[in-house]
Amino acid sequence: MANMTYAQAVRKVIQEEMRRDDKVFVMGEDVEKLGGVFGTTRDLYKEFGTERIRNTPISESAIVGAAVGAASAGMRPIAELMYWDFAFVAADQIFNQMCKTRYVFGGNAKLPIVLRSQQGTGRGNAATHSQSLETIFMHIPGVKVACPSTPAEAAGLLRTAIRDDNPVCFFEHKALYITKGEVPDDPEFMIPFGKADIKREGSDVTIVTNLLYVSRALEAAEELAKEGISAEVIDPRTLVPFDYDTVTESVKKTGRLVVVHEAHQNCGWGAQVIAEVSKRAFRYLDAAPIHLGAKPCPLPFNPGLEAAVIPSVKEIVDACKAAMYH
Amino acid sequence: MIDKKTGLWIYNKMNEIRDFEETAWTLFTENKLRGSVHLYTGEEAVAASVCAQLSDEDLIASTHRGHGHCIAKGAELDRALAELMGKATGYCKGRSGSMHIADFTKGNLGANAIVGGGIPIATGGALALKMQNKPNVAVAFFGDGASNQGTFHESINMAAVWKLPCIYVVENNQFGMTVPVWQSTSVEDISVRGAAYGIPGETVDGNDVVAVYEAFARAKERALKGEGPSIIECKTYRWRGHWTGDPEVYRTREEVEDWKQNKDPIKRFREYLIKHKLATKKELDEINEAAAEKMAKAVEFAMNSPEPDPAHVLDDVFYEG
Repeated sequence: MANMTYAQAVRKVIQEEMRRDDKVFVMGEDVEKLGGVFGTTRDLYKEFGTERIRNTPISESAIVGAAVGAASAGMRPIAELMYWDFAFVAADQIFNQMCKTRYVFGGNAKLPIVLRSQQGTGRGNAATHSQSLETIFMHIPGVKVACPSTPAEAAGLLRTAIRDDNPVCFFEHKALYITKGEVPDDPEFMIPFGKADIKREGSDVTIVTNLLYVSRALEAAEELAKEGISAEVIDPRTLVPFDYDTVTESVKKTGRLVVVHEAHQNCGWGAQVIAEVSKRAFRYLDAAPIHLGAKPCPLPFNPGLEAAVIPSVKEIVDACKAAMYH
Repeated sequence: MIDKKTGLWIYNKMNEIRDFEETAWTLFTENKLRGSVHLYTGEEAVAASVCAQLSDEDLIASTHRGHGHCIAKGAELDRALAELMGKATGYCKGRSGSMHIADFTKGNLGANAIVGGGIPIATGGALALKMQNKPNVAVAFFGDGASNQGTFHESINMAAVWKLPCIYVVENNQFGMTVPVWQSTSVEDISVRGAAYGIPGETVDGNDVVAVYEAFARAKERALKGEGPSIIECKTYRWRGHWTGDPEVYRTREEVEDWKQNKDPIKRFREYLIKHKLATKKELDEINEAAAEKMAKAVEFAMNSPEPDPAHVLDDVFYEG
């Protein structure tokens, strides 16, 4: 084990996988000398050269499209978009090309692509650099979706993503990069997709959440404990595939479900989880499931305004209490 | 120069493509084939002359008007037609139809139903070839309409900066659906846009096999020497409408007839082969007959092929290993 930041964990795995497999390479904006805005490829060009740590023009469609072409022709690109918000610039190449290529060509194409970026609030990046967009990638079939919330998960999920023979959208959170944690030294350490992690065990209410909101849900669970309410916190870790079994088992035990995410609440992935788990555990529910997410407005710049749009710890606590005392 | 073997190969492919497209037209009018079908009739010289210089290791990315590229890159008529008819025996198991057709095993990265969608993909193919030190090239086929998409600019700039072995072949067939080129495009010759990227751009008569062949040979040589991409604009004309139901309100019958009667690429190349004693009339007639016979068998194959089993509709969204 080594103690490192989330950003360092990402960098470590990219480095180890590039050493292991010369087909793996990185391309994106400012990935070379700068090492990306958050340092996730810092100094890697010194070891691997600028062919494999490849600065691109500011051309998101071409970055993703080139990844599709290169993967179709035998390479294993890690394509980096600086912000997930920029995925909209490359939307055709992501949703119409990358997601559909294998299927429409009769299963003859193999696309081992990791499309990495970071998202979320917390750094005053305003409306087009602060969104949480993972739901959209869960909606369109053809891509796996991973969302690590700790340094160890960043490492374990990223290695799984790089070795997967399918496109994986890898959602990092900008506010998590500086968080620290223990990461296994093992260069084979992998976390399987579709396996949720129970971050805190509890018996009264199940909170399902991801990315930055795992820490906020854990904070809420602490608050609730003071009032004698035992909350179980579950991080699905991947949205595609989604571990409905773990969530369903938890809800059968607690009888209450609160899903909270930084992504917009309206049609956010929590709605899908509630629909599926309600179907599977309907007879076990003691209260209507509650869904919290960002309010339906663009993310504003001012920190106070930004905080007002996304769910607060207090709102999570209140939602759990509402489920308890409905 | 085109030698006899290559000349006959090109002539055969052009005839196969023509027969395929006109058969598809007939089947469509007989309600035996449905969906979005964009025919390549009249543009055969481009796909055949370019693909004559490619091996299975070379890559192409194609367009919504992609049957010609697919066949020229090595697809068989029977499985290609089966795909157009959505049959289980089609190259893509009936999932692609006309607009996404590809035989991936032949280095075809796919027809692409989004205008300009294939340009960055071919560019990425070229990147892979370069990174793997392969002595091959990638070709992006696309139309005049796609040259106004952002992907055109993004991809060619990227390929020029990285000196990728990618050749951008513009099939300027005069119309982006119904809009004439003069109304949508700021320049008369799209190839002049090469100057914007510091790369060669050349405009040729796209219905002249020799002109297309030689321009592509120059671009390929440059790409293989590591000097980077080129743009080749082939001025051509589609005989059929944009799609099979096109009322063609944007052009006159006289204009279409003029291209058919006076600029038919197959007829022109046939005359060239005979004039340069590369083939006899008899040899060429035999090729025509063989292509027609192959097409007839392809129709039989496709018509008699089974429908795909809906039980497998969810297969292949992901590679399962």
